[in-house]
Amino acid sequence: MKTKILNFVATIVLAIVFSFFLPWWSVMLAAFIAAVLFSLKRAAVFFTPFLAVLIFWAAYSFLLANDNDFVLAKKIAVLLPLGGSPSLLILVTGIVGGLAAGIAGVFGKQCLVLVKK
Amino acid sequence: MKYLKFTLSLLLAAAVFYGLNNKFGSIPPIGKFLNPYTGVWQNETDETITGTVPIDGLKDKVTVHYDAQLIPHLFAQNENDLYRAQGYITAKHRLWQMEFQTYAAAGRLSEIIGEAALNYDRQQRRRGMGFGAEQAIAKIKEDPKTNALVEAYAEGVNSYINQIQPKDFPVEYKLLDYQPEPWTIKKTALLLMYMTKDLAGGDSDLEYTNALRMFGKERFDLLYPDFFDVIDPIIPKETDWSYIDVPITETPESELPLDSIPKTLDKPNPDNGSNNWAISGEKSYSGNPILANDPHLGLNLPSIWFVMQLSIPTHNAFGATLPGALGIISGFNSNISWGETNATRDVLDWYKIEFKDETRRQYKYGDDWKAVSFRIEEIKIKGKAAYIDSVCYTHHGPVAYDKNFMGDNKLAGYAMKWSGHIGGNNQKTFLELNKGRNYDDYVNALKHYTAPAQNFVFASTEGDIAIWVQGKLPNKWKGQGKFLMDGSNPKHDWQSFIPQAFNAHTKNPERGFVSSANQHPVDESYPFYVFNDGYETYRNRVINNFFNSKETFNIQDFKDLHNNNYNLKAAELLPYIFETMDTSTLTAEELSIFNEIKTWDFNNDIDELGPSIYSIWWSKLYDLFWDEYDVDNVALDKPFTYQTIHLLKTKGDDKFMDIVETPETETAKDLFLISFKKAAKSLMDWKAENGDYNWNAYKSTYVGHLLQALPAFSRFNLPIGGGGNIVNATKKNHGPSWRMIVEMSSPPTALGIYPGGQSGNPGSKYYDNFIDDWAAGNYHNLNFLQSDIKTDAVIDTQTLISN
Repeated sequence: MKTKILNFVATIVLAIVFSFFLPWWSVMLAAFIAAVLFSLKRAAVFFTPFLAVLIFWAAYSFLLANDNDFVLAKKIAVLLPLGGSPSLLILVTGIVGGLAAGIAGVFGKQCLVLVKK
Repeated sequence: MKYLKFTLSLLLAAAVFYGLNNKFGSIPPIGKFLNPYTGVWQNETDETITGTVPIDGLKDKVTVHYDAQLIPHLFAQNENDLYRAQGYITAKHRLWQMEFQTYAAAGRLSEIIGEAALNYDRQQRRRGMGFGAEQAIAKIKEDPKTNALVEAYAEGVNSYINQIQPKDFPVEYKLLDYQPEPWTIKKTALLLMYMTKDLAGGDSDLEYTNALRMFGKERFDLLYPDFFDVIDPIIPKETDWSYIDVPITETPESELPLDSIPKTLDKPNPDNGSNNWAISGEKSYSGNPILANDPHLGLNLPSIWFVMQLSIPTHNAFGATLPGALGIISGFNSNISWGETNATRDVLDWYKIEFKDETRRQYKYGDDWKAVSFRIEEIKIKGKAAYIDSVCYTHHGPVAYDKNFMGDNKLAGYAMKWSGHIGGNNQKTFLELNKGRNYDDYVNALKHYTAPAQNFVFASTEGDIAIWVQGKLPNKWKGQGKFLMDGSNPKHDWQSFIPQAFNAHTKNPERGFVSSANQHPVDESYPFYVFNDGYETYRNRVINNFFNSKETFNIQDFKDLHNNNYNLKAAELLPYIFETMDTSTLTAEELSIFNEIKTWDFNNDIDELGPSIYSIWWSKLYDLFWDEYDVDNVALDKPFTYQTIHLLKTKGDDKFMDIVETPETETAKDLFLISFKKAAKSLMDWKAENGDYNWNAYKSTYVGHLLQALPAFSRFNLPIGGGGNIVNATKKNHGPSWRMIVEMSSPPTALGIYPGGQSGNPGSKYYDNFIDDWAAGNYHNLNFLQSDIKTDAVIDTQTLISN
């Protein structure tokens, strides 16, 4: 459990730090590094970084949009199309980031496996 | 096993990265687009309008006050700083739009959108849009003062572009996955070409050539007269032209090539037009002249207009700007006000070119051969190899139609002669109007203006009103340029231009007002040839009747006139139909619709049924009348509305009334009935699907985002009346794109509104916040600040300082 928490925290912290100077794929890098530093097992390899970045992206989007009454989020949710629902757009945003991070976590784990033995 | 797992996870990671980092069809690169720190979530905000910002090249500080409508009021110390700051501030609120419009002008949309835009881009290239922009730049460069200001504007735009990060790019860049490029003076020239094409890029020469060949000269003249039996020209009929001492060009003895042309280039919207008017002090409630302008253009978001105040110690101007161009285009300063409508003069002609051989290096001219020059147009296409098109240029202009484009003749083509290719320092006109103090300054400013020809209305605090039809206009022989001409005959060339001083104009006319609504500029007494290139015949008469109807007018009268929904066209036709049409065969349902329209008072108000019935009835009637025009592979333009109604009322048994595909011989009376039945059916179908067909629902006006009215960024079903040929010219997606009323008190007081908002960001509350007021016919007071001292109207201030 402890490693999971460490991996989770490391993913979020690294993702936030990288976001200041790297593009969107910085979450993949963050999850990759976290996976190497705090190696997890089985489904947790994917779901821990997935959840970490989902929360990071969803929360950050929510904060930005909430400050502006969701003016743009409502429109983008028509564009994509998500029935004009900002909540759904926030969820999709979280899942997209989470997915990228989760897969990067799996890849990080496999790299570790390859190098270690 | 571990190698397999490693490889699989590597592939998966790569696939996810690739999938989220790239655009697929119209789906944006989803990872880039949705991440909260560089994606669209960063656009979920209003623009910053406080603080101090360093700008490269500023000599002094520029104070930018914003009012509650997000209108920036710029106070600079010199012109160079002013236009640098205009470039910076415009880019800040409208970067994507201003750049996109120059891509559209240059024929570069394929770079952004992909192959779908290739045909559009090729047309732009074949029209010589880039060529025209280059000619304009050459003219601007001849005038170092203008050139320096246009350069300063470009640098101002670039200061903004250089300050922002990808996360700050407007939403559309993120959606289409590209980035802004540096602004140049060529882009300003292209923006002006974009307007020139929109307003002076239409013609029917090739269509008329087909009509002449099909119907013969006598019939052609009946269908397309140069003057209608009723006209109320811009320059009053009683004007004395005896001061004009330059004769009209003599008509040569020659033949016209009567080719058959299957298809022609896309035309700009024929409804692009406008209203403007000004009343003298004597006709004004306050003794001050009052001026109004409302340009009718496509209703788009972000709006074509951006409102600003542009001030330096020696002048103070306010009004609508075009993002990409310098200065106020339709507006006022402390002393004068001005506004434009399209002059709709025929400044685009076509010449048949005969090449010597298939190499197309020479073409026939007089008894000789002249060399062709080639312009290589490279059209970059997103995700594909570039498309190369070489366009032949003759002394007339680009051979737009040839074997490579909309033609198949290896030895011939059609060359375009266009005032848009002449080059002109049109920008200077606006720079000088912005600082003009009186009538003479206005007249001098207009002298630089080439194209698109405009009717410039004017009013001053000194009490003058005036209107000039200004542009560089060829002195044509009678009938010149109505049809395709012979490019090898030197006498078919434009021989000279009408001397600028002889352009039609009037100052302080006796009737106490000036006005224009794209109608005939003059009547037949004007000594130069004026060809009917699609003059409007209804709005102008409603406007002029209004100003002849009483002694004095106030601001409310001006508002009422802008919002006037009277459908003169219907009022001139329907009573005649009611009198002559046989209603005995109407079904109960049809009769009920007929009774609905009979009780209509000819106002296109939103809750009326009459305008909807009339609109569909007219379109069915018009199509039935001109069924002779439904011919495959022959480009034709149907006759104008006014002449159509005139013929229906005066030549009801002409053989054009006959419907070709029926054995009977129809007359106008029959057409009324048949078209009514068709209209009634269409209305009943519409009603079954959509409910009540009141004008609001039936017209369903919308303001569409520049990217093909992307629903997410557009506004639909706006409750506004009016329509085509009505003073309130609001059609489905076209209409008054800016409404302004200025009273020439000292200082002037003004009202203005447009269907949009100051911000180009769909995430801003200022993106579309004017639309509801615009639709309701309301205006905003324009806060004409008299100095850079902050007033109650100012909500925030940003200071631009030198870097």
